[in-house]
Amino acid sequence: MLETALYFIQQLLNGLTIGSTYALIAIGYTMVYGIIGMINFAHGEIYMIGTYISFIAISGLIPLLGIEYLPLILIITLAVSMFISSTYGWAIERIAYRPVRGGNRLIALISAIGMSIFLQNYVRIAQGSRDIAMPSLIQGGWSFGPPEGFQASLSYMQLFIFIATFITMGGLTLFIARSRMGRACRAVSEDMKMAGLLGINTNRIISLTFVIGAALAAVAGLLLGLYYGVTNPYIGFIAGLKAFTAAVLGGIGSIPGAMLGGLLLGVTESMTSAYFSSEYKDVVSFGLLILILLFRPTGLLGKPEVEKI
Amino acid sequence: MKDKFFPALIAGIVTFVLAFPLLGLSIVADGLTLGLEGADTKTLGYIALASLAVFFFQLWKSNIVAVAKSIPLPKKAYSSPAARSQSQRDKREKLFTLIVVALALVWPFFASRGNVDLATLVLIYVMLGLGLNIVVGLAGLLDLGYVAFYAVGAYSYALLYQYFGLSFWVCLPLAGLFAAIFGFILGFPVLRLRGDYLAIVTLGFGEIIRILLNNWTHLTGGPNGIGSIPKPSLFGLEFGRRAKEEGNVPFHEFFSIDYNSGYKVIFLYLLALLLVLFTIFVIRRLMRMPVGRAWEALREDEIACRSLGLNRTIIKLSAFTIGASFAGFAGAFFSARQGFISPESFTFIESAIILAIVVLGGMGSQLGIILAAVAMTVLPELAREFQEYRMLMFGLMMVLMMIWRPQGLLPMKRRHMELTNG
Repeated sequence: MLETALYFIQQLLNGLTIGSTYALIAIGYTMVYGIIGMINFAHGEIYMIGTYISFIAISGLIPLLGIEYLPLILIITLAVSMFISSTYGWAIERIAYRPVRGGNRLIALISAIGMSIFLQNYVRIAQGSRDIAMPSLIQGGWSFGPPEGFQASLSYMQLFIFIATFITMGGLTLFIARSRMGRACRAVSEDMKMAGLLGINTNRIISLTFVIGAALAAVAGLLLGLYYGVTNPYIGFIAGLKAFTAAVLGGIGSIPGAMLGGLLLGVTESMTSAYFSSEYKDVVSFGLLILILLFRPTGLLGKPEVEKI
Repeated sequence: MKDKFFPALIAGIVTFVLAFPLLGLSIVADGLTLGLEGADTKTLGYIALASLAVFFFQLWKSNIVAVAKSIPLPKKAYSSPAARSQSQRDKREKLFTLIVVALALVWPFFASRGNVDLATLVLIYVMLGLGLNIVVGLAGLLDLGYVAFYAVGAYSYALLYQYFGLSFWVCLPLAGLFAAIFGFILGFPVLRLRGDYLAIVTLGFGEIIRILLNNWTHLTGGPNGIGSIPKPSLFGLEFGRRAKEEGNVPFHEFFSIDYNSGYKVIFLYLLALLLVLFTIFVIRRLMRMPVGRAWEALREDEIACRSLGLNRTIIKLSAFTIGASFAGFAGAFFSARQGFISPESFTFIESAIILAIVVLGGMGSQLGIILAAVAMTVLPELAREFQEYRMLMFGLMMVLMMIWRPQGLLPMKRRHMELTNG
């Protein structure tokens, strides 16, 4: 009995770990969708680039600058990775999306798919297509349960993921709710034309959403990169698809929805692998995506979209 | 000048920030200790050069654009406007088509074996492009999981042969039918969704099919795939040196000529050509039928269509199902040609390539799609040393096409009549 409960708790913890990083990536989808109504298909690739930049920064910091103090390494890596990934997010919007904005939605989506293929192959050519491994920096953890028999464990890495995600999301929520720029963001997503008439530089706000989304994806890149300890140029596609599912699950356009959706998806996935089959966990998530879009396209927390004629 | 300097400087710096960390640095792992390695001077030079180029381009953008505009473009040769009526145009088109088909029929007998084989591959992509064109180009439904139907077709033939010993000619219509059924089953619920949601759902569906094929090991062989799928026969004549089945006669013995493995390649090519011609013929007919016109009308304005009493579910569903069935035919032919299939052949990238063919050729335009399929397949073969950069160029091309020419290289032309003077 205790063993079953502990096993369940273990799966819940694992699911929440993965889910919180999905949530971070999903926010990028949901913010962009909330403002310009397009699916930023290349967002998963930003996450992939985030893992690469983090790995490069970590392997540069330790031997070159001789920094051994772990929190400092993590903070510098996070800053570098967020900065460079945000630059990617900004540049992608300028190059591939702004020229096609305002046209047919499918044109923007095809442009985004092209960008995604481009980035994936750019990284493949620049860094090679093999896996790059990173030894785990944060080791150890706590275990619960009887010493003989199954023990549930919470590693420090998982704890770090929870805390980092919590801080990032708290910061974002505060930024959106309290700051001047955040207010402008909300105004633009409510009514872009009107916000423009009232003197908000809508182009700048759209760039800002891409930058914020990319920065959060970079945080997820560092966290998941350290958690799995490995990266390759192809991880962005599936991660992006999962995060999009999370965004839709929570209600696309809604930031709290993306957070909730990410956690739910993570838990669903880990429960599927634990109690059913790990090969089919992707099938379950995509199946979930299809079901939500069919029966509740507005997601859990989304507002229904009114089509104006 | 000054107001341009800072944006240009920022653009240059951004280029450097984008390029340097990924191109200029690489991780060297030595056991558990990690290190970084800078790229060679040549690569670093290129990065600096690219940053400078972006900087100067942004700085002098207006001048460059002005110079580019002042270069006189050759005037478009106008075809004498009044002289060509629809019937004359039709006649020319017919003649042109006949010549092309005749050339395509005769060509393999003079070409090398490798080229004929490549042409067969091109024809498979033409068929896939034309099929997807119904869904994306005509009906305006972005389908990112088209490869799933291709996989269904390919596996239909492979499995039906493996378990029931059915021949290619029996399986070809069945493969189309199965793919159509899958299209129908998927289409029925999802076609209510709006454009971009539909795209993501079809993408998810494509992935689900691939994962199923990969993991349902006792039926599909999983990642190992299915091998030794027989080639099609010509009315029971086989193209091997010896007949595999009892009672069959090899092709060369029947006509009492010497055995030549080239016959098989040419036969496959001609078969593919036949399938493509059939596809073109059917789609051209469909485009002139009420359902074809309804597809295009629905693409242009869904609300207007519904208010005119068109049933959008049935129209979208028909486009989806018919498009899927062509992918099924192409899949069955593909597995017959390869002799071996595995889930590896049916990844998302394949869907993206087919989509790129439709986009490059011009959505809705059949001739454009044929040319695009030729270009997409033949160019990478010609430039083998650039093989590595193929997908990179692909992605770049999709973006650039959407920015500069979203209607494609050869946009679809409507049939129209012109009034002539006098």
